[in-house]
Amino acid sequence: MFKKLPSTDIAGQTPVKSSVQRSIRASVLSQWKIEPETLEAIWPKKEGLVHVKCREHLSIYTVKGEPLLFQHFDGPLYPTLRVLHKYPYILPMVKVDRGAIRFLLAGAHMMCPGLTSKGGYLPPPEEAVPAETPVAIFAEGKEHAIGVGITKMGTEEMRKINKDVGVETITYLGDDLWAVQSL
Amino acid sequence: MPAKKNRDKKAAAAAAAEAETPAAESTTTEPQQPAAEPRPPVQVLYCGVCTFPPEYCEFGSSLKRCKTWLEENHPSMFEKYYSDEALQNKLGTLSVEAQQKLEKDTAKKEAKAEAKADAALKKKMASPITIKRIERNKRKHVTAIHGLEAFDIDLKKAAKQFASKFATGASVTKNPQGQDEIVIQGDVSDEVLEMIEEGVGILKGIPADNVEIKEDKKKKGGDD
Repeated sequence: MFKKLPSTDIAGQTPVKSSVQRSIRASVLSQWKIEPETLEAIWPKKEGLVHVKCREHLSIYTVKGEPLLFQHFDGPLYPTLRVLHKYPYILPMVKVDRGAIRFLLAGAHMMCPGLTSKGGYLPPPEEAVPAETPVAIFAEGKEHAIGVGITKMGTEEMRKINKDVGVETITYLGDDLWAVQSL
Repeated sequence: MPAKKNRDKKAAAAAAAEAETPAAESTTTEPQQPAAEPRPPVQVLYCGVCTFPPEYCEFGSSLKRCKTWLEENHPSMFEKYYSDEALQNKLGTLSVEAQQKLEKDTAKKEAKAEAKADAALKKKMASPITIKRIERNKRKHVTAIHGLEAFDIDLKKAAKQFASKFATGASVTKNPQGQDEIVIQGDVSDEVLEMIEEGVGILKGIPADNVEIKEDKKKKGGDD
């Protein structure tokens, strides 16, 4: 989604109304595994959120110029990769094997075999992740997350079918969203 | 999606429970209770060359420079990622052939990126700057400077610098071609050239050979 993000795509910046901020805060708390205190630390209540509008209904929300989260249409809210690095537990984890890393860094979606193979990791059945859920993508042998994605099928299905796209990559290390450190 | 709904509910309940017991924040000792203190962020080191966490440098396009950077700045991290043992472990599940292919790819990518960076630098160093003296009426002129942005100069700041130096108005405007340029009131083309040659303030790193002074007279009537 962020393979290209030229500055011409950015249509404008507006501060977000406090009522809207409240609803965003509530949805962040319900969608991510994050405590209110921790959220408060990365996004203080006093600090206003700024909405950066991009093409195709893509909204990036920044605090003090630093991109914090983004959203496509009314879809789920995703943390940016830098936020995820600081708080890696806020999204459920999936892991791809080493062979998949270089494809991921080129922006490819993650196929099921890369997730189900020996180097990969999917949450155990009792914590199965349903389809269309934001997940943090980790890589075999690496400590930090490599991308943020959305599941295209449930993790159990991935195990069963073991074919096609399992996790769609939304943002990854080295894409244009990673490159912008402040907006 | 029943599972998701469930999670939402749970989270909402947890949030509500917390809102009800603000007094317990300081005294709570139960491990299950969400900590009142914010969880400290994980400190992540980013490579100074390619901005990735150093463990991903090997997949970037500047591995060699990344390696030297890490060795100089964070020797302990270097040991962790590039010692022989670490390299052995990395092979892990990957077959030798695949690993070789990967290395070859990386080397190729590196060479490509270097060539690209070189070309970009060359192009940048060759990009022209024009200082144009434009006649407004018989004895009044404005000076337009075009092409500064190729040298990573913030036009707004540069305009401000010119304005305070010459004590005149200076602004960033779009020319008819739709490119940004700095327009300074008054005929200051020679002074601007001098400033660029000396590299005053933020006007650093501009080769003076690229600068060209032009004159633009108003085409009006025949008496010019």
